[in-house]
Amino acid sequence: MEMGFRWDFAYEILPNMLWATLNTIIAAGVGYAIALVVGLFFLLGQRTPSKIINGINREIVEFIRSTPLLIQLFFVYFVLPQFGITLSAWLCGMITIGLHFGTYLSEVYRGALEGVSKAQWEACRALNFSTTYTYRKIVLPQAFPIAIPGMGNYLVGIFKDTPLLSTIGVAELFHAATAVGGYNYRYLEPYTMVGIIFLILSIPAAMWVRKLERTVNVAQGKIKQ
Amino acid sequence: MSYFAFLAEHGTTLLLGTVTTIKVLICSMILYVIISMIFGLMRLSKNLIIQGIATVYIEFFRGTSLLVQLFWVYYVLPFFGLSLEAFVAGVVALGMNFGAYGAEIVRGGILAVPKGQWEAAHALNFSPAKRIKRIIIPQIFPIILPPAANLTVELLKATALVALVTVVDLTFEAKQINSITWLSAQCFGTALLIYYIIARFALVPFLRWLEVLAARKVGRGKA
Repeated sequence: MEMGFRWDFAYEILPNMLWATLNTIIAAGVGYAIALVVGLFFLLGQRTPSKIINGINREIVEFIRSTPLLIQLFFVYFVLPQFGITLSAWLCGMITIGLHFGTYLSEVYRGALEGVSKAQWEACRALNFSTTYTYRKIVLPQAFPIAIPGMGNYLVGIFKDTPLLSTIGVAELFHAATAVGGYNYRYLEPYTMVGIIFLILSIPAAMWVRKLERTVNVAQGKIKQ
Repeated sequence: MSYFAFLAEHGTTLLLGTVTTIKVLICSMILYVIISMIFGLMRLSKNLIIQGIATVYIEFFRGTSLLVQLFWVYYVLPFFGLSLEAFVAGVVALGMNFGAYGAEIVRGGILAVPKGQWEAAHALNFSPAKRIKRIIIPQIFPIILPPAANLTVELLKATALVALVTVVDLTFEAKQINSITWLSAQCFGTALLIYYIIARFALVPFLRWLEVLAARKVGRGKA
């Protein structure tokens, strides 16, 4: 076997890899969208007045957060069919990523809501605003900017965890690289290209999140320009 | 087959896998702490080359996926004549990946030590090495330990990935049992529970204890 990086081989598999990258981006996007919504439900469970629901919610969040995403994927993928629910690998992957990162996002939301000062609530109460009005016009507009950096970080985080989906057979970038590598008995080029594609996509994204974070901090007067 | 019968038959295998998981966890923890200290300090160096190396390292490992790095270390390094055993490859990939995240925490911790401490150490004519070792490092622990604890729980979860490069850990065993018996709920459920128990009742209390210890050492918190 020829040693060293073979540029012709890399060039040959490039279109294949780029198509798979599209799948990775779709997977990350859909998973993130689900996680955003799931996070809201966990937040709701956390903020309901019922102590029992709070407790159950906290235990579920703790459990999901302290177990590996990989086994959760296997669990959803292999166990649901035993109960007669057969979902495609894609759907399983999206649900699991959504649930897993939803717990993280609920923490981001919680932090953001707690970041709005208590005085704002008291002022609304004093002005006799309804709770809905308080949330919609006073609290959420202030909480949202605080949540943005955390939300951005988890978008990048989900993107970097999408290769795990290949283990249940979702045809994303890493899956394509393994397939190409296995077919040609050459793993050097495919895996290196996966790494480079990830770098190309995630470094600008991370830089953009950092810039957002700075903008938010400046807007809130935490740091000077 | 009842759950207890399942445990009686496959419990030992899963426990043996758990031992490997813990071994991977401890080894990669040691490696990542060392790497984060080194690269965290390098990142703050005034020498632009040293700082540049650290920045490239951190951005590279934070920018790519852990799974890709793991496969790269295990399947691609042999192309360059460096064949690592699966266990070593797993520990190296985990340690280097988490070291990059840890380095950022260390850097943040050092920057969070009040300026006055540096100035006071300077005024007392401590050498730069002594300043770092005796004044700054002891004070960063209470600052960096809470985020480092989160990172370490993430590390425990990430150790599951080494199963994919054929390290026979808990995840590997669970997958193996699943492919023999097709009792998916039992084997993956048990694996999830074991990870949860390790995290909740061993790792997190240990890290909390470290936090309390560190706070006490610098005279914060209860004696």
